[in-house]
Amino acid sequence: MIRKAANLSTQVFKKDIEKVPSRNGYGEGLVVAGEKDENVVVLCADLTESTRSHLFQDKFPKRFIEVGVAEQALATIASGMANYGKIPFISSFAVFSPGRNWEQIRTTICLNDVPVKIAGSHAGIIVGPDGATHQMLEDIAIMRALPNMIVIAPADAIETKKAVIEAAKNEKPTYIRFSREETPVFTTEKSPFKIGRAESLWETKSPQVAIIACGSLVYEALLAAKELDNSKIETLVINCHTIKLLDEQAIIRAAKTTGAIVTVEEHQITGGLGGAVSEVLARNFPVPMGFVGMPDSFGESGKPSELLAKYKMKSVDIAKAVKRVIKLKTS
Amino acid sequence: MTTKELEKKANEIRQEVIRMFVAAGSGHAAGSLGMADVFTALYFKILTHDPKRPTWKKRDRLILSNGHICPVRYAAMAHSGYFPISELKTLRELGSRLQGHPERTRYSGFETTSGPLGCGLAQAAGIAYAARMDGARFRTFCITSDGEHDSGNHWEAVMFAGKNKLSNLTCFVDRNFIQSDGDTEDVMPLEPLKEKYEAFNWHVIDIDGHNMEEIINAVTKARMESEEPTVIIANITPGKGVSFMEDLPEWHGKVPNKEEAGKALEELKVAAKEIRKKKEDD
Repeated sequence: MIRKAANLSTQVFKKDIEKVPSRNGYGEGLVVAGEKDENVVVLCADLTESTRSHLFQDKFPKRFIEVGVAEQALATIASGMANYGKIPFISSFAVFSPGRNWEQIRTTICLNDVPVKIAGSHAGIIVGPDGATHQMLEDIAIMRALPNMIVIAPADAIETKKAVIEAAKNEKPTYIRFSREETPVFTTEKSPFKIGRAESLWETKSPQVAIIACGSLVYEALLAAKELDNSKIETLVINCHTIKLLDEQAIIRAAKTTGAIVTVEEHQITGGLGGAVSEVLARNFPVPMGFVGMPDSFGESGKPSELLAKYKMKSVDIAKAVKRVIKLKTS
Repeated sequence: MTTKELEKKANEIRQEVIRMFVAAGSGHAAGSLGMADVFTALYFKILTHDPKRPTWKKRDRLILSNGHICPVRYAAMAHSGYFPISELKTLRELGSRLQGHPERTRYSGFETTSGPLGCGLAQAAGIAYAARMDGARFRTFCITSDGEHDSGNHWEAVMFAGKNKLSNLTCFVDRNFIQSDGDTEDVMPLEPLKEKYEAFNWHVIDIDGHNMEEIINAVTKARMESEEPTVIIANITPGKGVSFMEDLPEWHGKVPNKEEAGKALEELKVAAKEIRKKKEDD
């Protein structure tokens, strides 16, 4: 059952649930963060409307800085501004930032320990028709390897907005990844959100598996939990939006409660949320695991739903992974 | 300080870096020796700063982009009073604040963390831009190598500073014509460098980087410029002051052994005497 304290939308399992691109949450969050703190500035690399940074630009034109198609400058100029005392958000597509400017982020933001916020829009495979070049599926891996960096993959537009507002206040280098495509808005303004705290969304009396998900696929995980429930398989669903500054205790607790874990992410299985969770469990409480995500492959052009189906990241695939891991448990 | 006092101090800094190289056993000798005059002029004449308050808000910012020449910065800062001169011998040691490449989190006076090339000017431009937003009056200086002008990130910053008319930003180019793989004009030609900067809407000043008066005058001109960022192309002899290191690319990425250091210090002490004599003549 949906956990009441999660305060999810009453429409969560309705077919006509509202769908909004999580990038909209980014733009709206920037405006709120900018109103709260005049040190918030936004830099963009020629993708102002695509990343919804124009919402901030319209409101605070003097605090918006265009750097052109220059992602290395985007990161390093922001590093300088943060060094001076500003709180810069840098907006681009995830494949370019942090894809192209990773070393600049490593040296001038993380090692320098300045509070630049890196916003990776158009992350994941659901950017769809643009094809493999633009489908960033490695960003969690490269960002979570960096000391000092916090990595967040919010589940929908409302959670993205909250992540932006919180990140503006956390005084740390922070990466937030989100999508271009419309995805169901199933959290609400009242849903709890704290960077570094995983949220339990679905609970059952005697769960056999915990599904730990992040980003746009948290919703698919909920659909899977409901489908499984219909066939008498009880699960937990945890929204693990913060992948670095990971809520280790919640993960260990889930493993102890269920004895099996399935991770779900719109990212390469290698090095992403699944990797992070298995590192924690291998050290503390090893249990059988299943991994839903991109299987060491590049994507291709196609509709988002076609791609999620082809690369086995739909609710039906999550349900299959749950059944497989239950077999591992008992074998 | 008078010009002659600055020359004397630059000589002391060169001796200091030779001793640091021997203690550390690795590093980049030519760049530090070459830039000793510029760093001395900056710390002892040009910069508005207070060694007792390294985070003073109104200080001029000095961003070192080519972090591998940090020994000369460390020496100049210690001699200015930022930290004890005795600490210089810990260069590159475990636990030292004086890392092989500078880290801001170890000591805020270094301003940034640097070493990977090509990203210092962008950070300096970010600081200058933010300062102008707030009406802050300090100047941001950036030291760059000529070799790192091969990097795209550097030219992105050149474009950004030119577009935004960051006249509160001054970039020094350590124009010594050497880099790891040899002569800069063989590795990836930079000339005509002056014209390149001019094309990007920068104010260009070309100087002898070992002439104190030229260094100081160039910064005075940069301060008067109100429309464009200024680049000071400082023509530098790599390894300056040690005859057997001057102009030889092989000294870019190594340091003298004890015997070579002894010879280097002898040469520098002779040079120091000559500077003292010059002073008496004045």
